[in-house]
Amino acid sequence: MTTLTLQATPQKSIPGDLAMWFFILAELLVFGVLFICYGITRFADPALFNAGQTHLHAGQAAWNTLFLITGSGTAVLAAHAIARLQYRQGSIFLVATFASGVLFVVNKLMEFASYLGQGYTLSTDNFWMFYLFLTFFHFLHVILGMVIIAAVWIKLQQGHYRNGQTAGVETATSYWHMVDLVWIVLFPLVYLIR
Amino acid sequence: MKYQSQAVAKPYFIAAIGLFIGQILFGLIMGLQYLWGDFLFPAIPFNVARMVHTNLLIVWLLFGFMGAAYYMIPEEAERELYSPKLAKLMFWVFLVAGALTVVSYLAVPYATLAKWSGNGLVATMGREFLEQPLYTKVGIVVVALVFLFNISMTLLAGRKTSISLVMILGLWGLAVFFLFSFYNPNNLVKDKYYWWWVVHLWVEGVWELILGAMLAFVLVKITGVDREVIEKWLYVIIAMTLITGIIGTGHHYFWIGTPAYWQWWGSIFSALEPIPFFMMTVFAFNMVNRRRREHPNKAATLWALGTGVMSFLGAGVWGFLHTLAPVNYYTHGSQITAAHGHMAFYGAYVMVVITMISYAMPLLRGREANSNRAQVLEMWSFWLMTIAMVFITLFLTAAGILQVWLQRISATPMSFMDTQDQLRLFYWLREFSGVIFAVGLVLYVISFFIKERKTANA
Repeated sequence: MTTLTLQATPQKSIPGDLAMWFFILAELLVFGVLFICYGITRFADPALFNAGQTHLHAGQAAWNTLFLITGSGTAVLAAHAIARLQYRQGSIFLVATFASGVLFVVNKLMEFASYLGQGYTLSTDNFWMFYLFLTFFHFLHVILGMVIIAAVWIKLQQGHYRNGQTAGVETATSYWHMVDLVWIVLFPLVYLIR
Repeated sequence: MKYQSQAVAKPYFIAAIGLFIGQILFGLIMGLQYLWGDFLFPAIPFNVARMVHTNLLIVWLLFGFMGAAYYMIPEEAERELYSPKLAKLMFWVFLVAGALTVVSYLAVPYATLAKWSGNGLVATMGREFLEQPLYTKVGIVVVALVFLFNISMTLLAGRKTSISLVMILGLWGLAVFFLFSFYNPNNLVKDKYYWWWVVHLWVEGVWELILGAMLAFVLVKITGVDREVIEKWLYVIIAMTLITGIIGTGHHYFWIGTPAYWQWWGSIFSALEPIPFFMMTVFAFNMVNRRRREHPNKAATLWALGTGVMSFLGAGVWGFLHTLAPVNYYTHGSQITAAHGHMAFYGAYVMVVITMISYAMPLLRGREANSNRAQVLEMWSFWLMTIAMVFITLFLTAAGILQVWLQRISATPMSFMDTQDQLRLFYWLREFSGVIFAVGLVLYVISFFIKERKTANA
């Protein structure tokens, strides 16, 4: 006769600071509401949105997706390295994450410049209003994510996070993942879905 | 009181309460003018009474904020105030300037005041809440700069805590955005556009930082909960405040000639503005429930919890009621706005200043808490004022709904003045609630003078 033993799943608390998770949930709520509004407006006038979408540089945006995901990957590696007390490695991975943010920002600025150069503004029509606002609002979040990663990098240089104290790094990484996640929804939503 | 120089807060708090009484008196006068249009005319016309009512509110809250900063910053920075003398001097400058302004509102017609005070040279007058003559505005800037210099120097030399940093960020923001009161473009759209940079970015932006910091300070003191926990909440709350509040300015840009996209961004972001207020409610109750000491000042705890609840109701819920563009299309500038304004100002800013006074005043007078009798009376005043304000808000909301219906939705819309005649019942009820509020305020003032009853009988 076999006995079935129920194994309690190990109680693992959420990574990073609880306060950051409140913040992340609030941010996701804001983006969620924006996405729903986009969806409703698109539903009301699909022709306008389809026409607008054909002018977007989806290829450039695909590169940006790659940058953000790479940044997420290196952020995770940084957190792991610091947990294993490999500070030098952790430092390099944090720099890599920051660099991926720089690539995103530069690429996005070029894209914005191209649209604004063609005369599209928030007042052009509902599609451009949503497109420019949503992506710019997300763009600001990427910059905030970079600031947070930079702050963690500075604290690492100052010798914080010794003896495997990784809560700060996990907090920063969680925020970066949120910014990444929002883009992963935003990218198909405004560039691809017709 | 840990540092001698914290004592400069006391005159600020006393002046705040004094001006608060004046504000309520003018509120009662105006409430009657809604019913009898020529009450006290021509001595105090409605527009003057309204100006005094709102200006006194702003000035006494500023006194409250400054008093709070003078009390909090030395204690947080763990050092004496940079210059208590400067703080005392600025108190008198601000009080005299404020009093002169009110007297000049009452003594001469507004247009004459504008002429005398050089409004022809630099036009800044005539805008709601920013009616002050030029010399008062300049005075406010000078007082604010000296005040900020004083507390910034104190903070720079001492311990920097999250609470004091948020407080000082809020106060600097308050001063910076006030500068837009000097920018008065001829284009009416732009005029209104930047006017909101003072009005909205104060009450739905930087003032919320001041509110959060003051509440957090008092909660640290009365609950004994770890500063780390409280400061974490504070950061989350102010982050949400800024994310929703800054773009939320757009809910004032629906119908003033600004681009149409504001109807979207104003609606969406301002609809989320209740979130930080809700967090503040949860925060206050959570901290009090997790308290690690029983502070003898029960009245201050009550005011702190009251701030959490009433700011959420007044600013959050009553703001949300009419913040979406399709709703605001009908309700704009009606008594619903007045209802929101009353409860939001009382629930958020009046209550947080009283929370601070309630906590700090006994300490400034050399005791940890007031006698039980004084506290009981203070709590009576809390309930009277708060319940009266709930009723004022409900009656104005009812008046507003009826007004919107008769004047804007009905198939045969009535004129503004004909509609006003239909709202008299609600105006009477509002005035009655206002009297109850005034009674609560009188009890509040009396509570400062109640002494411990001698416990002779054993």
